[in-house]
Amino acid sequence: MDLFIAIFTGTIIAATPLIFAALGELVVEKSGVLNLGIEGMMLIGAAFAFWAVIAGLPMPVAIIAGALGGAAASLLFGVLALTFLTNQYAAGLALAIFGSGVSAFLGRNFGSAPIDALDRMSIPFLSDIPVVGPMFFRFDPMVYFAIVMFFVISWFLYRTKGGLILRTIGESPETAHAIGYPVIRIRYLAVLFGGLMAGLAGAYLSVAYTPLWVENMTAGKGWISLALVVFATWRPLRVLLGAWLFGGMTILQLQGQALGIAVPSELLSALPYLATIVVLVIISQNRQMLALHFPASLAKPFRPAT
Amino acid sequence: MPPRLELRNITKSYPGIVANDDISMSIMPGEIHAVLGENGAGKSTLMKIIYGAAQADSGEIYCDGKPIAAHTPATSRALGIEMVYQHFALFESVTVVENIALAVSNTFDLDALARQITELSNRYGMPIDPHRRVHDLSVGERQRVEIVRCLLQAPKLLILDEPTSVLTPQAVVKLFETLRQLASEGCSIVYISHKLDEVQELCDTATVLRNGKVTGTARPKQSTSLELARMMVGAELPEMHVSPSVPSEKPVLEVRGLTAPARDKYGVELKNVSFEVRGGEIVGLAGVSGNGQAELISLLSGERTHGNALSIQIDGRAAAHLNASERRKLGMAFVPEERLGRGAVPPHALWQNAVLTAHRTGLVRNGLVDRKGANSFAAKIIERFKVKANGPQASAQSLSGGNLQKFIVGREIALQPKLFLVAQPTWGVDVGAAAFIRQTLVDLSRSGAAVLVISEELDELFEICDRLLVICQGQVSPPLIRTKTNREEIGLLMTKVDRGNGTNGRGEVAVQD
Repeated sequence: MDLFIAIFTGTIIAATPLIFAALGELVVEKSGVLNLGIEGMMLIGAAFAFWAVIAGLPMPVAIIAGALGGAAASLLFGVLALTFLTNQYAAGLALAIFGSGVSAFLGRNFGSAPIDALDRMSIPFLSDIPVVGPMFFRFDPMVYFAIVMFFVISWFLYRTKGGLILRTIGESPETAHAIGYPVIRIRYLAVLFGGLMAGLAGAYLSVAYTPLWVENMTAGKGWISLALVVFATWRPLRVLLGAWLFGGMTILQLQGQALGIAVPSELLSALPYLATIVVLVIISQNRQMLALHFPASLAKPFRPAT
Repeated sequence: MPPRLELRNITKSYPGIVANDDISMSIMPGEIHAVLGENGAGKSTLMKIIYGAAQADSGEIYCDGKPIAAHTPATSRALGIEMVYQHFALFESVTVVENIALAVSNTFDLDALARQITELSNRYGMPIDPHRRVHDLSVGERQRVEIVRCLLQAPKLLILDEPTSVLTPQAVVKLFETLRQLASEGCSIVYISHKLDEVQELCDTATVLRNGKVTGTARPKQSTSLELARMMVGAELPEMHVSPSVPSEKPVLEVRGLTAPARDKYGVELKNVSFEVRGGEIVGLAGVSGNGQAELISLLSGERTHGNALSIQIDGRAAAHLNASERRKLGMAFVPEERLGRGAVPPHALWQNAVLTAHRTGLVRNGLVDRKGANSFAAKIIERFKVKANGPQASAQSLSGGNLQKFIVGREIALQPKLFLVAQPTWGVDVGAAAFIRQTLVDLSRSGAAVLVISEELDELFEICDRLLVICQGQVSPPLIRTKTNREEIGLLMTKVDRGNGTNGRGEVAVQD
């Protein structure tokens, strides 16, 4: 039972950064912009948050610093891709590399000592319930915040006029412009939101998940978030399930390594990536659903006619 | 009373052309005002300027006597100016009511809005279901959505850009009733068109544009078509020469019982399509777009193949299983609807575009392109088909629509095809080039080739075709002889195939003529 609880809670925790990053990217892509630089924004967010902690700032401030770091990085992308209409693939890849470099630079003086991780909450009464308590009510606040963000984003996208505008801009910016919406401004907001969320994801990694500075500590989670969005066919619920699947596989392979299964550990480490991609490829086979949710103008530069 | 809308000395240039040159006009409340002109005369640019989607380089716009400053679509809509675009400004992936909610600026109450849409659309005699997704709607229904969206704003000025180009004759009648009702309620209407008969039927006044300049104003109901046409075109139009056709004994293209599933969710399933095209004749396929034309074209051209090889036969040989290249070897040539992207590679030079389909004529040797040969091949097309281009080195995208279409048609004709498929040959092509292309098609067929024209322009089909087919909901009607049918009959078939005799007895009726 303890093992089950450990795997369950481990899964939820491992999925949390992916939920932040992938939901942020989902919003960006729904607006028709493809930002490939999640990995870079996460690293910058991680470095900012870690730096804030060792500078002695309180934890909430550190996490906000991480989010702002991600947003600042995304602004860079926004200027390139939305104002100067650079190729979005190139701008995003550049951001990924740039973020990795900047975070390594910032991290030179971080040392190798661990910091005090973000405290876990223990929700009164609820956390004392046997089994259910440790499974659901003893996480750190960011875990709950990620779930809240899932509901907020789903509600926003499908239940509000703002969400409708965002989705339709992703389908046809020309049409949205023609009926009078400020396409570029809305896309900037989406990109900044994606940056905030990627920054949060990075901050979660460096101050909660592995409270220790390691260069390139995101280890490809930004890329996995990107893949999650695509294979989840741009739907929030599937992003959430995909993130949990990835988290689950990560924890299972760690347990597998601990049990000494006779498979090289490198192969086991690759398992979560492989399994997530395979499952998501299978569920994204329905072309009609894909056509309905795919932002048709994705990665196409748009400049309003003058 | 000040005019509802007044333009003073509007000028707008784009690199290389002056789209609008010193244009002035005024429209009174309740007036239906036509803006007449050929494709490329500057009508659409002018409408974009009125609506605020583009800004004039100089000149002023007054609405109800007040100048409009800092003009964007949003300011226009605040003033009560609404526009129905030629290519609709609708989002396909969301429902009708969501589309309309995006354009109306009050609260986001979809249920109340849906009731309002139902009520308003019924009042103007064009019912629509607010909860359907736009991509499931026909073109005519989409136009209704656009118009209802504008009407919800209680507009003072409604701009319609070529609204009838996608409608059946019956739908046009319906639309005109709605527009007259609106005008009688005091709404001004700007009606953009190049169709003289419609303008004469509907509009009180007309401003005629040519090459970006106003060439005249008229009262269409009191003017003759000839007067209006002269103002529009400037010169006399070349006359068409259509000699009687002498169809060949055997069909060059024979389609038998062709059934195929829709391309995707938005496509149309083809049901038991049968027809034939003989050498020496032009057969036209009429129909409102989105009734299976796309499926039929891709199956005929070989972009899509079919398991039953005998369902399409070219020159007596089974061809349905062959790909596009193999069908071209059998003597087929094809001009697709999309000039840029499918008919030609936009950034490539004309000589390179010529090689794309003409590589069989010795322009490629040992896998290497004969540049000199390709250049002179392209130069010959440019000369023979009077293409206005900067030589074979000009890029495809630098040509106007009409000139690129002349080049593409010329390229395909230079291959001396036995079977010539062409989709929307004069879409977005100016009147002069369109007449030239039509004459070219007639000449090609009279020299013995079988020509199949797929078009939404009924006028065009009536002008050049010997026999007409109508496609509706994936079914193709029996052929009608052009001289023995009329617009009403075709129009009815465009909306509903007579299922009683839709599948047999095709072909023979007309060939006996």
